[in-house]
Amino acid sequence: MTVSSDALARPRAPVGERGFKYLLIAPSVFLLLAIGIFPLLYMLVVSFVGIDMMAEDWSFKGLANYKAAFADARLWQALGHTLIITAVALPLELLLGLAMAQLFLEKFPGRQIFVALLVLPTVVSPIVAGATWSLMFDNRYGPINQILGWIFGKEMPLLWTVDPTLVYPAIIVAEVWQWTPFMFLLLLAALSNVDKSQLEAASIDGAGYWMTFRKIVLPAIWPVMAIALLIRALDLFRIFDIIWALTKGGPGTMTETISVFTYVKGFTQFEISYAAAVALIIIVLLTVAVTWMLKKIEIAR
Amino acid sequence: MSKGTLFWRYVAAIAITVFFLFPIYWLFIISFKTPDEIFSFPPKWYPGQIHFGNYAVLFKDGDAVTVWNSLVVAGVSTVLAMILGTLCAYSIARFRTGGENLANWIISQRMVPPIAIVFPVFLMYVKLGLVDTYIGIILLYTAFNLPYVIWMMRGYIQDVPKALEESALVDGCTRWQVIWKVVFPMCRAGLLATAIFTFIFAWNEFLFALVLTRTEVTTYTVQVTHYFGGQSNFWAKISAMSVLGTLPVFIAVAFMQKYLVRGISLGAVKG
Repeated sequence: MTVSSDALARPRAPVGERGFKYLLIAPSVFLLLAIGIFPLLYMLVVSFVGIDMMAEDWSFKGLANYKAAFADARLWQALGHTLIITAVALPLELLLGLAMAQLFLEKFPGRQIFVALLVLPTVVSPIVAGATWSLMFDNRYGPINQILGWIFGKEMPLLWTVDPTLVYPAIIVAEVWQWTPFMFLLLLAALSNVDKSQLEAASIDGAGYWMTFRKIVLPAIWPVMAIALLIRALDLFRIFDIIWALTKGGPGTMTETISVFTYVKGFTQFEISYAAAVALIIIVLLTVAVTWMLKKIEIAR
Repeated sequence: MSKGTLFWRYVAAIAITVFFLFPIYWLFIISFKTPDEIFSFPPKWYPGQIHFGNYAVLFKDGDAVTVWNSLVVAGVSTVLAMILGTLCAYSIARFRTGGENLANWIISQRMVPPIAIVFPVFLMYVKLGLVDTYIGIILLYTAFNLPYVIWMMRGYIQDVPKALEESALVDGCTRWQVIWKVVFPMCRAGLLATAIFTFIFAWNEFLFALVLTRTEVTTYTVQVTHYFGGQSNFWAKISAMSVLGTLPVFIAVAFMQKYLVRGISLGAVKG
């Protein structure tokens, strides 16, 4: 912990400077501990007792809440819904984003304006995006069914946010609409940084499009692509707003994700201790998943 | 590019842009329609005339105050997160305080799902009486955005040449003066970009606000959902309130084009 080992420190630095670097981080670390760690420990305690709407029972219940959670089919279904949405939306966003990035890679007049406009869905609040799509999907006064009506030449009164076969497509469309521009922007930046001379060399050597893409472009854009995928995977895993706006987890519990499930348990049914156990299970699952993903990314590099 | 490819490129570019902008267009025009126009069948794609009544209702009923709440909450938490986070980032960037472990721990704080953060915080706030207070929600937003600020500012500060700081120190500046007079001015653009993104995250946030606010500090995102499930003029309110909340973000982003990619990619893409 000697200051002298640091690049900037010099022998005549005042003694006060030794503590300086800790002084600078202290408020941030304190706040992160206060909001991040302390409540987590409190929640851990709560998850071992029996607090719900009926009673504030602080007696030790052992693993009862965890056992109940593991036996709760609704929780595992919620996890399944979350994974399905992630598994469908993430590749769609990636492929669409990549295709769009290819389209806008070469400079052409007006390109900057297109790119600037395409950013907009990503910066809209997700709850507003969800509200917007619920207006779009309205069975009678929304434009989607109207457009489908023109295509099929008859009225299409589809109940997008209620019909069990249509709710997932509706959620995926809204989600992909909002986040494909995010992928697009990151991949466009990554593609722009690919070494042009390598591409030329490849084309002189007669390499085809796919060969060039696999051998040169993909390795070059992979670091950015991996981070984009990681950011989006984490966001999709916590998906709440768009579903809250479109279906609130319905019909029934058909589109309930784990964030929605935990919210409903904790804040509308007030099964506090149970929700605490669920939240901790989510954190553990996520930590395992993230560690695994980071390993994958590192290996692929 | 040949004329033919260029033509098809424009066709594709315009088609894609229409797809991505149409929902936003739809949201905006509903807010300018009269209730009769909103519920006319088949739906009309443009209002007969621009009608500001839906906005007038929001201001008359006092609902528009939620935009002010969002401004206060997002503004104050952004200032706090920027001050605390930039100092922390300086320490990490220049002195490698805490090594890679601290930096990794900080960024991992951003990966925790909000529902798992807000639940214990809610339990704690109930005990402390911080539910539905400015202080409560501001503290949470500050803490939630700190990792982002630290991570981004660490990158921007690392871009500042060390030699500049060293010569300032030799000239007799104190550390605080170096930070204030050399580092901050050198990464002014980075500071501004990071602040704007931090502001947008807090401004657009929904789940924390839904859980931790009731009536006193309701933000605009929560207010939008108060209109869900209703009929008649509720659509008008949803769209008008959404536009009030969305317009400032669009304006901010228009000024941020250059730093947008670095900002949203958590610094993974520079330039």
